[in-house]
Amino acid sequence: MTDAAPALAPPASRRLTPAFLVGAALVGLHVAVGLLTLVWTPYDPAAMTGGRLAPPSLLHWAGTDRLGRDLFTEIMIGARIALAVGSGAVAIAAAIGVTVGLLAAFASRAVDDVLAATLDILIAFPTLLLAMLIVAAGDGANLGTAILAIGIAASAIVARLTRILARRVLAMDYITAARVSGTSWLGIVRIHVLPNIWPTLIVNFALQFGLAVIAEASLSYLGLGAPPPNASWGRLLQEAQATVYTAPFGAIAPGIALVSLVIGLNLFADGLRDVADPTRRRR
Amino acid sequence: MSLVDLAAVSFAYGRGRSVLDGVDLRIEAGRNLGIVGESGSGKTTILRLMLGLARPTAGRIAFRGEPLDPGNRPFMRGFRRAVQAVFQDPYSSLDPRQKVADIIAEPLRSLKVETDVDAAVAGALASVDLPPDTAGRYPHEFSGGQRQRIAIARAIVSRPDLVLADEVVSALDLTTRIRIVDLLKTLSEKTTLVLVSHDIGFVALLCHDLVILEKGRIVEQGPARDILSAPRHPYTRRLLASTPRLADFA
Repeated sequence: MTDAAPALAPPASRRLTPAFLVGAALVGLHVAVGLLTLVWTPYDPAAMTGGRLAPPSLLHWAGTDRLGRDLFTEIMIGARIALAVGSGAVAIAAAIGVTVGLLAAFASRAVDDVLAATLDILIAFPTLLLAMLIVAAGDGANLGTAILAIGIAASAIVARLTRILARRVLAMDYITAARVSGTSWLGIVRIHVLPNIWPTLIVNFALQFGLAVIAEASLSYLGLGAPPPNASWGRLLQEAQATVYTAPFGAIAPGIALVSLVIGLNLFADGLRDVADPTRRRR
Repeated sequence: MSLVDLAAVSFAYGRGRSVLDGVDLRIEAGRNLGIVGESGSGKTTILRLMLGLARPTAGRIAFRGEPLDPGNRPFMRGFRRAVQAVFQDPYSSLDPRQKVADIIAEPLRSLKVETDVDAAVAGALASVDLPPDTAGRYPHEFSGGQRQRIAIARAIVSRPDLVLADEVVSALDLTTRIRIVDLLKTLSEKTTLVLVSHDIGFVALLCHDLVILEKGRIVEQGPARDILSAPRHPYTRRLLASTPRLADFA
């Protein structure tokens, strides 16, 4: 290590990578479509507006379903449901997971061991299975129960990640320096721990968001998600299953919507980490 | 009155082997103290005890005659302001997500020191020979020696009476070491230093008194000049024989 070396970097420049821009565009598109459905859709989602299983056309961009309803309208509403479930579930997972993870990181060894073992047991259950158990234990299938179930299931993963990241930060000399400087434990969490772990956490949140969207689609596919008339992408996929060989677009269109949102979230999160983390900026 | 007193201080992790055993030492204001020993001799543990980061399993530590009690908040606020530290690794001692200004200002903000924070930060940077624009940058933009200067700036910004430095130059190259030694020499005109190091040559350049530590026990202590010119304990003689002296290169 030298003292004489000149400062290395020009003023920090925030990088907006192509991947970040593509991710932001995909997520932004879904958000815009989801918000648009609050005030406008091409057709009444419950109305039979065309022939049954009609192929894509100028009137029906994604064709129609087996009851003659406009599939594009249903996919648009599906975006709203996916975003509501994703954001709700991630908010619950973040609130529970980050709190429990931080408590475990700061706890005595005995308490930490108990919390770590509990989290490992919860993580051993597949998220979908855990969500199904919570839905089954609740008051039946509805959107709120699905959000709660997926959020609770994801919170164990967030808690374990938070615990690992926070413990790594707490072992650094700058935490000891903060203690010597008189910074309280709450201050250490606010000033040092959270800013240092959030770039990794936010990537995980985006991943959990995508997994929550997939989990909701899976629950709806199994009849445990948002009940009709909510046009969840999972329910659309389930309904299209019987006619996948005769009218494949009924499965392809919601599939494209689902995959594009999940990919968009992942790209967006990865780019966000680069922007948020000063040590990853261009030198 | 002495700044810090350790009386018959012992320390052990859990029920394990004792790390420190019956340590007595006194830090007088204006007299820099060097604590020297090999790895595992307990010198960093002494420093943690003196910083109130751990409690002794036996014995007593006092600051300005008052018992060092981490549970006594009003006392600890004054203690934290008066006693600061610099750590060995300049790469892990600075938060990579904070700007230098925030890093240096942390003691002032945490201890609620009533002062012009920006001016105090600028003053601390000037004291360690770093330009004012350093304040707006992040640690990863600096070399190891520059980072250590930032860490020293953080330690002196609250104008402490005592700065404890743990192996503060051991991670630096020789040229940078010499610059940091010069810097510490200048700073020691205003504050008392306690230097913990395995390098007796380094501490001898800055300290009036030395404490030689072996396996958790003090084997020799006294004025640095006396110890360096006529070491009495075989361990001290071995340390002197095995440590290259910075002065030889300066």
